[in-house]
Amino acid sequence: MAKDAAVTVNGTPAPQESHARRWAGLGWGFIAKLIMMALVNALGLAIVFSAVNSEAWAILACSVILLIAANIIYFAKRTLPLKYLFPGLIFLAIFQLFTLAYTGYVAFTNYGTGHAGSQEQAVEATLIQNERRVEGSPTYPLAVVRDGDTVGFAVTDEEGFVRVGSEEQPLEPVDGGAVSDSGVPTEVPGWEVVSRADLFADADLQAEVIDLRVPVSDDPEDGSMRSRDGASGAVYQSSIDWDDEAQTFTDKETGTVYYADQETGNFVADNGDSLPTGWYVTVGFDNFVRAVTDDALAGPLAKVTLWTFAFAILTVLTSFGLGLLFALIYNDPRIRGRKWMRTVFILPYAFPAFMSALLWRGMLNREFGIINDWFFFGADINWLGDPWLAKFAVLWVNLWLSYPYWFLVCTGALQALPSETMEASKIDGAGRWRQFRSITLPLLLVSTAPLAISSFAFNFNNFTIIYMLTEGGPPFPGTSGLGSTDILISAIYNISGVSGGSADYGLASALSILVFIFVGIISAIAFRQTRKLEEI
Amino acid sequence: MTATTTQAPVRRSPSRRGRWWAEIGWKYPVAAVIIFYAAFPLVYVLSASLSASGTLSSGGALFSDISLSNYAALNDTSYWTWVGNTLIVGVSSALGAVFMGACAAYAFSRFRFKGRRAGLTTLLIVQMFPQTVAFVSVFLLLTALGDVFPALGINSKIALICVYLGGALGANTFLMYGFFNTIPTDIDESAKVDGATHAQIFWKLIMPLVTPILAVVGLLAFISAFGDFILAKIVLVSEDQWTLAVGMYQWVSNQLSANWGLFAAGAVIAAVPVLIIFLSLQKYIVGGLTAGSVKG
Repeated sequence: MAKDAAVTVNGTPAPQESHARRWAGLGWGFIAKLIMMALVNALGLAIVFSAVNSEAWAILACSVILLIAANIIYFAKRTLPLKYLFPGLIFLAIFQLFTLAYTGYVAFTNYGTGHAGSQEQAVEATLIQNERRVEGSPTYPLAVVRDGDTVGFAVTDEEGFVRVGSEEQPLEPVDGGAVSDSGVPTEVPGWEVVSRADLFADADLQAEVIDLRVPVSDDPEDGSMRSRDGASGAVYQSSIDWDDEAQTFTDKETGTVYYADQETGNFVADNGDSLPTGWYVTVGFDNFVRAVTDDALAGPLAKVTLWTFAFAILTVLTSFGLGLLFALIYNDPRIRGRKWMRTVFILPYAFPAFMSALLWRGMLNREFGIINDWFFFGADINWLGDPWLAKFAVLWVNLWLSYPYWFLVCTGALQALPSETMEASKIDGAGRWRQFRSITLPLLLVSTAPLAISSFAFNFNNFTIIYMLTEGGPPFPGTSGLGSTDILISAIYNISGVSGGSADYGLASALSILVFIFVGIISAIAFRQTRKLEEI
Repeated sequence: MTATTTQAPVRRSPSRRGRWWAEIGWKYPVAAVIIFYAAFPLVYVLSASLSASGTLSSGGALFSDISLSNYAALNDTSYWTWVGNTLIVGVSSALGAVFMGACAAYAFSRFRFKGRRAGLTTLLIVQMFPQTVAFVSVFLLLTALGDVFPALGINSKIALICVYLGGALGANTFLMYGFFNTIPTDIDESAKVDGATHAQIFWKLIMPLVTPILAVVGLLAFISAFGDFILAKIVLVSEDQWTLAVGMYQWVSNQLSANWGLFAAGAVIAAVPVLIIFLSLQKYIVGGLTAGSVKG
């Protein structure tokens, strides 16, 4: 190769260029890449190490794989397309593909309040919940101590020795502790004693102290030291016994035995009683079945589904219709000030949607809202509290929000229509209506139908407007927690309990799957429909 | 049009005036009605923000008392923190979306590799399933990640940005891919002959040529982050982390403690820049919208 290059046209050999001269150095690009990769590796290793520390094996495995993949991709030569795709793909894989797949998994479990962790965690939680103060046990003088962020207890035992421990570390005697006249530890080596005054001033610390359980010894059966007031402590023991081999709990007082039921993820006794804390297990299609058969849920959910479709379809129809109408009227060069008018027409669209919804919520308020005051002569119309009026209000506000979009789209589409066709039809004697029906509308639909379908899909999941305007209310009678204007996604939000309250991730995910199926069908139809229209 | 303008100053005959009314004239009063419908809530919120009473009540006419007390009162709330949070989240997710989308579009448009068609099809299918519907598992995922790495957990803006970026590739690649395809490949071919690397072609040749689509994607990503409520509400828990959507919702969601004066002032401040950007870049945004994305 080097020899070929050295041969010149006229045949005389040119002086050979040393190959070292062609080496242009590493270049800024390479250095920038090295720096980026160093940062990525540092960040990745930080995540790997903290995953090891917190024993999160799934996260550890994923982060190790992704980190190795990143290094291979950016330092190998053959992986050119991946060099450009990798950053986006990582986020896509973790925050979209994984969440979609995980939704699918959770939909088949009973994950939620009462079934929030593994069986091991459920056992631990049950032991803690059933802790009772040991009958007739002594009270120990106690001081709250801390070491950085760790809070612990120091107690003076019967012999006057100071023992100290924290949640992680069982009580152990310390040397060199000092005790006050009343027996309360005042000085503990290695720990800072929190004074009573400081304790009373700090509400967070008080809460932490009340929850703190310092194990008495390494054996959990011995119970733990707890304190109600931060000045005295007592030993608490669980009133329930866990037998790891038999996988049963035994109530020490009543002798009731609770078996681990792997079908439901609960500890169940023979008489049907169960302990409040369970673990999550896969339950098959139970969540889906429950959505259609549960007495409290099925009726409201059916109504919600119907309303979701009605809301999405009506929103698209009304806003498309109004936008198209305005576009037809004002797509007329003879009108003066068209540009100015158009700007005002689309103002609602430029105003952030969530603020519009909140603003209308205020304006539609029954008592002080100006809609009642100005347009209905102060009548007492409960816009957001009546099931039908609330539905109407939601549609009305969404119409206000979205007609400008269709106005813009239709104006653009109208201006792109071929004028020859229009003129030809005029010559053939078509009236205005005929022209619109037979030429304008079909041509318009070719370019706007895909947008109408994506707008439908968008409104199908338009959480913001529903939640901001009515929060799904007014509520249905019954205990479902759903309301007349709830659409599926806001119903899922209420059921899931992610914002507090009782959580049912399993059922919520099952409903999400239903939404995905609806959306998938709509998209499939959309694909076919757009192709059909284009053939016209 | 010519008929009316050439004889403009002269009195029109009744029949001609009648025709003018039937053809064009009626459109002006109709326009007035539409303008009232479109602008009245916005004028009203401006008036409420300037009223001293701090309610949305209609005690008097519009602009009956002008006072800046609501605007001044914003300083005693977390409003400006929320504005900062919204800007951080919006700008970072817009930049991230532009960067990742441009990279992916470049790869799909310029390289021919195994799985290219399959990749494009997969993206097309994935983008149909909105991330917001999977919010339960987003919540569970962030809870798990937060135990390991708090910066990626619940109540972290970085986590929220990452979630938004997760949807970026699906939403924007197609928009950008189409635009990248309109740039002739001859340009990169000749640069390649001159010894340019793929990175140099991407950064120095292609990127300057595709700035219009970068602006559209950035703007759309910003608007959707700005307007997102459900994910922001789930991820950002404490008041100092909230974005405007979450914070302002909290102001007025409670009937009894609703503070509409603050809301109106906050809405005006936040909406004015958005209105200006939107109206001045209208053409681009509508172009982007008609290409497939819908404003949130």
